[in-house]
Amino acid sequence: MTRVRETLLPPAPPPRRTGGPAGWLRTNLFSGPGNTLTTLVILAGLALLLPPVFRFLVTDAVWSGNSGEACRPEVAGRAVGACWAFVGAKINYLVYGSYPAAERWRPNLFFGLVALGTAWMLWLDAPRRGLGAVFVFLVGPLLSYGLLSGTAVLGLAPVATSLWGGILVTLVVSLVGIVASLPLGILLALGRRSELPVLRYACIGFIEFWRGVPLITVLFMANVMLPLFLPGDLTVDRLVRPLVGIALFASAYMAEVVRGGLQAVPEGQGRAALALGLTRWQAMRLVVLPQALKVVVPGIVNTLIGLFKDTTLVSIVGIADFIRVLEAARADPRWSAPTIPATAYAFAALFYLAVCFSMARYAAFIERRLAAGERGRA
Amino acid sequence: MTAPAVEFRAVNKWFGSAHVLRAVSLTVARSERIVICGPSGSGKSTLIRCVNGLEPYQGGTVRVEGRDLTPARIPSVRRAVGMVFQHFNLFPHLTVLENCTLAPIHGRGIGRRAAEARARDELARLAIADLAARYPGQLSGGQQQRVAIARALCLDPAVMLFDEPTSALDPEMVQEVLDTMTDLAGRGMTMLCVTHEMGFARRVADRVVFMDEGQIVEAAPPEAFFDRPAHPRTRDFLARIL
Ligand SMILES: Nc1ncnc2c1ncn2[C@@H]1O[C@H](COP(=O)(O)OP(=O)(O)OP(=O)(O)O)[C@@H](O)[C@H]1O
Ligand SMILES: [Mg+2]
Repeated sequence: MTRVRETLLPPAPPPRRTGGPAGWLRTNLFSGPGNTLTTLVILAGLALLLPPVFRFLVTDAVWSGNSGEACRPEVAGRAVGACWAFVGAKINYLVYGSYPAAERWRPNLFFGLVALGTAWMLWLDAPRRGLGAVFVFLVGPLLSYGLLSGTAVLGLAPVATSLWGGILVTLVVSLVGIVASLPLGILLALGRRSELPVLRYACIGFIEFWRGVPLITVLFMANVMLPLFLPGDLTVDRLVRPLVGIALFASAYMAEVVRGGLQAVPEGQGRAALALGLTRWQAMRLVVLPQALKVVVPGIVNTLIGLFKDTTLVSIVGIADFIRVLEAARADPRWSAPTIPATAYAFAALFYLAVCFSMARYAAFIERRLAAGERGRA
Repeated sequence: MTAPAVEFRAVNKWFGSAHVLRAVSLTVARSERIVICGPSGSGKSTLIRCVNGLEPYQGGTVRVEGRDLTPARIPSVRRAVGMVFQHFNLFPHLTVLENCTLAPIHGRGIGRRAAEARARDELARLAIADLAARYPGQLSGGQQQRVAIARALCLDPAVMLFDEPTSALDPEMVQEVLDTMTDLAGRGMTMLCVTHEMGFARRVADRVVFMDEGQIVEAAPPEAFFDRPAHPRTRDFLARIL
């Protein structure tokens, strides 16, 4: 038996959703006993947790004062939360360490360069991004080095790295790690896929070695062993040693992330590029690598977040990074008050949280944008 | 006398211990249209990939326009040979126009302006000029395959290789790609097409080549091939697909 439709249906509007905030609450939070219970438990947890945190950080906080006196409950005459006055008084030390006060414009200019380079790279539609990459990976680092440590050519007084400290050092260590590990990681990942066995095994060996050793060990080794390997009259700066260690350590992780991306690019892409008469290197650079790196943006950012937090370990080998100057600052007897340690750690947590959360948000943004690009693919 | 466009002489190839091309010999004259068919795994893709050096082979010789396919000559041969793939293999991170200009600019050293003008010409000739700014992911399969053909044509190839260009397409898109290929044949392009579109083979091919187990079992003009297949394997195969 056949049926034939006599009239075609016109498109109809979609059914109305159960509207209003009440409807949203019902479908999302209280749909069924299990979900309702979960919602209630989480709400109760938040109600227990958030008010004291807020009280400590904001309502009970002390915002001004010249010494620890201001943050003592018996002096203030009330319960005292975070002592932000302490952070305010120490902020220069926390940012620059012992960098000479008269020369602080140099780190400031460095922060400016970093902001410029970051914006140039992260804003995907920025003009001349190729030039930006040269700036970030070549000009920027050299310029920053000259600027911070001082060069006769620029007429800048030398500033020993032992004076650098605080956020400045944390930033320098992380940036060196990031700027070195991306290109090195890409080269290692390519080497690991090379057809030359010597190169391939060298890269595998390198990657597995650095992945197999804890960062702390790397830092100690860089500190005590690097000088042993070098000719006697050559000394390596105390800051450079952990920098080298971190850069190599991070490269190994980056290499594995990039390798994952390379594997995700279909074989046909490289084949098509070769068939068009491009060389193997051009096929890699113009066709395979751009696609591979796009796929692994979240992985790269994840690695960078880990790297950023791991830089705190350099304090163990005597580098005055942010955490270490924070420790030194809170030991100041002028600023002894019951909540000073908690304030210091809360400040550190907020600092790292802000930076890492921004990175994570950026990665999410890129992911969404890439997903939008993929949509509609046949 | 000019050298043939493509010449295989006793080409042998192994993947590990599998003998996938067994003493294949075939001479393709200039402007000749060859359709290659045969069961899955018979070595069709492998054979045409030998033409532009995508697959190394272990015995015999392949010549393109009289040039031996030595490693040093592979780049120049690849410039003379265009290839179209089953899965299009467009570069998804580049627009249609950029797909078409990438190799001219970076492989040939042609200026961006000239390369773009040329690409727009080719796209216009294949009636897809309006797609230039799109990304491959925004195109239908048939459109993607036509872009892939335009991309290859931007390099002025003397020989075009097609590896099952329509078998990843929805039925209603097959015809637009076949029309494009027919058009190309009309312009005198030398073509080696792996395809099971037998209507196309009958209309366009000068010779149909049937491969099985890494060998050329039968090669004949389409009328003879379809109406009087000589080898029992050919008859078997035709009975199964027609
Ligand atoms: N990279 C490879 N490594 C090992 N064996 C391979 C490889 N590529 C192809 N082969 C084998 O070589 C033989 C010929 O493969 P080829 O792809 O040329 O067949 P085909 O005729 O194109 O088949 P299809 O119609 O399925 O595309 C097959 O047996 C296949 O399994
Ligand atoms: Mg095939």
